[in-house]
Amino acid sequence: MLSQDNTSQGAARSPAIDLRKINKSFGPVKANKDVDLIVAKGSIHGIIGENGAGKSTLMSILYGFYEADSGEIWVNGKLTSIHSSKDAITTGIGMVHQHFMLIDTFTVLENVMLGAEQSSSLKQSKKSARAELQRLSTEFGLAVDPDAMTGDLAVGLQQRVEILKALYRGAEILILDEPTGVLTPQEVQQLFDILQALRERGVSVMLITHKLQEIIAITDEVTVMRGGTMVAPRETAKTNKEELAELMVGRKVLLRVDKEPAKPQQVLLEAKNLTLLDSAGIARLDDVSLQVRAGEILGIAGVSGNGQTELLDVLSGISAVQRGSVVLNGVNIDKNNVLNAKDFRHLSLGHVAEDRHKQGMVTQFSARECAIMGFQDEPEFNGRLLMDNAAVTEHCASLMQQFDVRPNNPHLKAANFSGGNQQKLCIAREIERQPKVLLVGQPTRGVDIGAIEFIHQQIVSLRDAGNAVLVVSVELEEVMSLCDRIVVMFEGRIVGEMAAVDADAQKLGLLMGNAGGGDSDNSTTGVVS
Amino acid sequence: MSNKTLPTWIDVGVIPLINVCLAFLVSGFVILLIGESPLEAVQWMITGAFGYAEGIGYTLYYTTNFIFTGLAVAVAFHAGLFNIGGEGQAYIGGLGVGLMCMSLDSFMPWWALIPFAIAAGAAFGAAWAFIPAYLQAYRGSHVVITTIMFNFIASALMVYLLVNVLIEPGSMSPQSRVLADAAILPSMKDVFAVFGVNIANSPLNIALFLALICCVLVWLLLWHTRLGYSIRMIGFNEQAAVYSGINTRRTIVITMCISGALAAMVGINEVMGAQGRVLLDYVAGAGFTGIAVSLMGRNHPVGIIIASLLFGALYQGGAELSFEVPSITRDLVVVIQGLVILFCGALSLMIKPTIEKLFMKFFAAKERANV
Repeated sequence: MLSQDNTSQGAARSPAIDLRKINKSFGPVKANKDVDLIVAKGSIHGIIGENGAGKSTLMSILYGFYEADSGEIWVNGKLTSIHSSKDAITTGIGMVHQHFMLIDTFTVLENVMLGAEQSSSLKQSKKSARAELQRLSTEFGLAVDPDAMTGDLAVGLQQRVEILKALYRGAEILILDEPTGVLTPQEVQQLFDILQALRERGVSVMLITHKLQEIIAITDEVTVMRGGTMVAPRETAKTNKEELAELMVGRKVLLRVDKEPAKPQQVLLEAKNLTLLDSAGIARLDDVSLQVRAGEILGIAGVSGNGQTELLDVLSGISAVQRGSVVLNGVNIDKNNVLNAKDFRHLSLGHVAEDRHKQGMVTQFSARECAIMGFQDEPEFNGRLLMDNAAVTEHCASLMQQFDVRPNNPHLKAANFSGGNQQKLCIAREIERQPKVLLVGQPTRGVDIGAIEFIHQQIVSLRDAGNAVLVVSVELEEVMSLCDRIVVMFEGRIVGEMAAVDADAQKLGLLMGNAGGGDSDNSTTGVVS
Repeated sequence: MSNKTLPTWIDVGVIPLINVCLAFLVSGFVILLIGESPLEAVQWMITGAFGYAEGIGYTLYYTTNFIFTGLAVAVAFHAGLFNIGGEGQAYIGGLGVGLMCMSLDSFMPWWALIPFAIAAGAAFGAAWAFIPAYLQAYRGSHVVITTIMFNFIASALMVYLLVNVLIEPGSMSPQSRVLADAAILPSMKDVFAVFGVNIANSPLNIALFLALICCVLVWLLLWHTRLGYSIRMIGFNEQAAVYSGINTRRTIVITMCISGALAAMVGINEVMGAQGRVLLDYVAGAGFTGIAVSLMGRNHPVGIIIASLLFGALYQGGAELSFEVPSITRDLVVVIQGLVILFCGALSLMIKPTIEKLFMKFFAAKERANV
C-alpha cells in the first residue's frame, strides 16, 4: 500500500480524481453519459443531483461495484483500473455508505480492523490496530473510544467509526454518500468540522448529497448531475442554492412552500397518553398526547428512531393501542376497542407510510396492484367471486393521470418507477379519497426536487379543503416550511411544541438532541477526551 | 440499479433448460464412471417415458401427482410459507378419500362419489396442514419444522391405522379392502374406449383432468381474487399487508389449508384411481418432489405442469432404465433424479449471474449496432 503512494509523489500537482468520458448503461438506460469529473487534491467536492441523476452509479464505478462501459479513471495522475472495492481501497479510495457497514456487537476497534487485520493472531492484530487507531484519532481529531460497543454509540459516532475504517485502510480520497440523513443539526456541524480537518491534512473528500444547504455550507467546488450527465462544475463561492436547484431540475423551482396561514378548526385526531412498549419492555412511546385540527398541518420533528414510526403505526391501526387512546373522527380507539388498518381507513384516515419499500407499497407488485393497497376489499374493485381487474387498472390509470405519475403505465412493476413517482402513487392513493385525517411519514424521502414541490402542494391543498394533516419528517427544512405547528419527539416523548413561524433550525435541533432535557450528554457517550 | 433484470423468457425458459442440461451432463459422467454409455441411458430413459403408449400413460400418471403437490407448495410459497409437509398432507388426505369411498361405494358409482371424496380428502389434508399453520401464525413455530414433523406423524399414524384398523380381515399386508369396481375412477383406457380409441392400459386415470382444473383454479385464486392478492402481498412484504389492513394470521392459516387440500388430491389419483384402496406409503415421495416441481415451475401453474411432466418422465424413464440396464440400479436412478432436483431447485440461481453477464454483453453489442 505504502510503496504505491510513494510512486505518485511526482504527480503531486495532479488532481486526486480525474474521470474522463465515463459511460455506463443498464440495458437501455444510460446511467452515465460522457461524465468528466475533476476533484482537486485536498478539497471538499460536492456532487449534487436528483435521484436517478447518476450520482450513485458514478460513485459505484469509482469504488469498484460496477465497471464503466468506457472511459478512464485517473487517480493521482495515474491511469487506474478499478475492478472491485478491494482495488479501490488499494488505490486509496474509501467510502462511507449511507447505511453504515458496521457490526453492532463488535467494539469500535474490532470494526475498524475487520477485514484488514495485520496478523493472523487476533491479539497481535488488535495491538497494532489499536496503535494505528490512536494515531488516526489524534491526527484527525476523530475521538472515539476503541473499546466501546459499536451498537451503543450515537449515530454520529458510528459515522466516525466508518470514517476511521476508511482512513485505517489508507484512504486519501473519501467518498461520503448522503452522510447527514440520520444526523441532528449539531451532529452535522461536528461532521463538517471533521471534514474540514481531513481537508487540512490533504485528504480529498467527495460529498454526495441532495441537500443544497450542505453544499453551500461545506464544499469548495460542486458538480451538478442531471439525467446521467455532468451539467455544470461550479465553484461553491460563486453559486447559490437557487442556481443549483435550477441546474438540478432543469427549470426554476420554488424552494419554499407557498401557502396561506392555517385556519385550524375542530380536533379530528387526538392521541391521549399513548404508551407503547416493545417486546423487550422498552417504551417506544412514552405518554404521548397530541391533537390535530381540521385545516392545519402538524409536523413531528425528531431524529429518526425516536418514536415517530411507532406513533404513526398506532395512529393508523398497524400497531394496537396498548395504553392510552386514539380518538379519530369522534371514535374512541383503545385496548378495549382494537381496530386494524382497514377499520382506520373506514374512519376516513389516509396514511402515507414512512417507508414505501417496507410498508407503503410492494415493489414486486405492478403499479395497479399497489394503487389499491388498503382498499382491496372495496366493492368497486370486486365482483362477486373474482376481483374486477379492469376496474383496478382503470383506477390506477386515473390516479397516474391526476398525480402525474410517470411512466403512465399501470402494468409496470412498482420497483421500476423512480422514488418520486413511487411516492406520488402512494400519496395519490391516499389523498384521492379526500380523507378527513391524513398521516404522512417522510413525505419526500428519496424524492427529487421537482416532485417535492408537487407533493407539498397536494398536502397543502388537502389542508385547505378542511382536513387534518400530520406530517412526520426528519428533514428540518421540510417540517418548518410545510407545517403550521411543530412538535419535537425524543426517545418516545414529546419534548417541545411551537408554531412553525417561531421555529428555527437551532431551536428544533436542541430539542431533537434533547439538549434542554436531563440526559443531554447522550450524544457524547463513548468519546475519549 | 434495479433495472438489471433479465427478460422473462430467459428467466423462466432458458435458465431452467440449462439447469436440466447441466444435471444430465453430470448424470452422464456418473453413468460413464460405472462403465455404461450415457447416450444409451438417455435413449432408454426417453423411450421409457415417451416411446410407447404404456410408458406415456405411466409418465402422465406420475405427472398428475406432481401437479397436485407442486401446486400445494406453490400456493404456500406465494404467502412466503415453505410447506414441506405435502407428503404427510397427501397421505392423510388419501385416508379421507379412502374412508369416504369405503363408506359410500356399496351404493354410489364414481361420478356420484367424487364430490364427496374430493371434499373428504381436502378436509383431511387441510386439517393436517391446519395445525402447523396455526402454530406458525399464532405461536411463531416455524412451518418448515412443524410440517416436517407432521410428515413423520402422518406416516406413523397411517401404519397404525392400516395395521390395526383398516386392514382387510384375513389379509397379510397392511392395506384396506379394495373399493367396489363402480367406485373406482375410470382409467384413461376406459375414457378413450368411449370414443372408440384403444390405448394401452396404465394407472393413468381421469384425475389428470382434476389436476388441470386445479391449475386453473389456483391461477384464478392467486391472480384474480382478493384472497390471492392478500396471499401474494403477505409473501412479498408482510408489513405492507398489515399496512393494508389484511389479517395476516388468518390468511396464513387459510393459505396453508388450501395448500394441504391440494396435496390431498394425490389421494384421488391414487386411492380412488390407480390403487383402488388405501395402502402403505402410496404417496412415494410425490410430496417432496412437489417442492422441486414448484421451484422449477417458478410457482406458476403453467410452469408446474411443465416441470411435473419432466419429473413424471424422470420417474417413468428411470424405472425403465434400471429395468433395461441392470448395472444402473434403482439407486442410481434416484441419483439422477436427485441431480435434477439439485440443479433445478437448490442451485437454480447458480448460473443466473453468468447468463446475466452474457445477456448484457449481447444486449450492449446489439444496442451499439443499432446506433
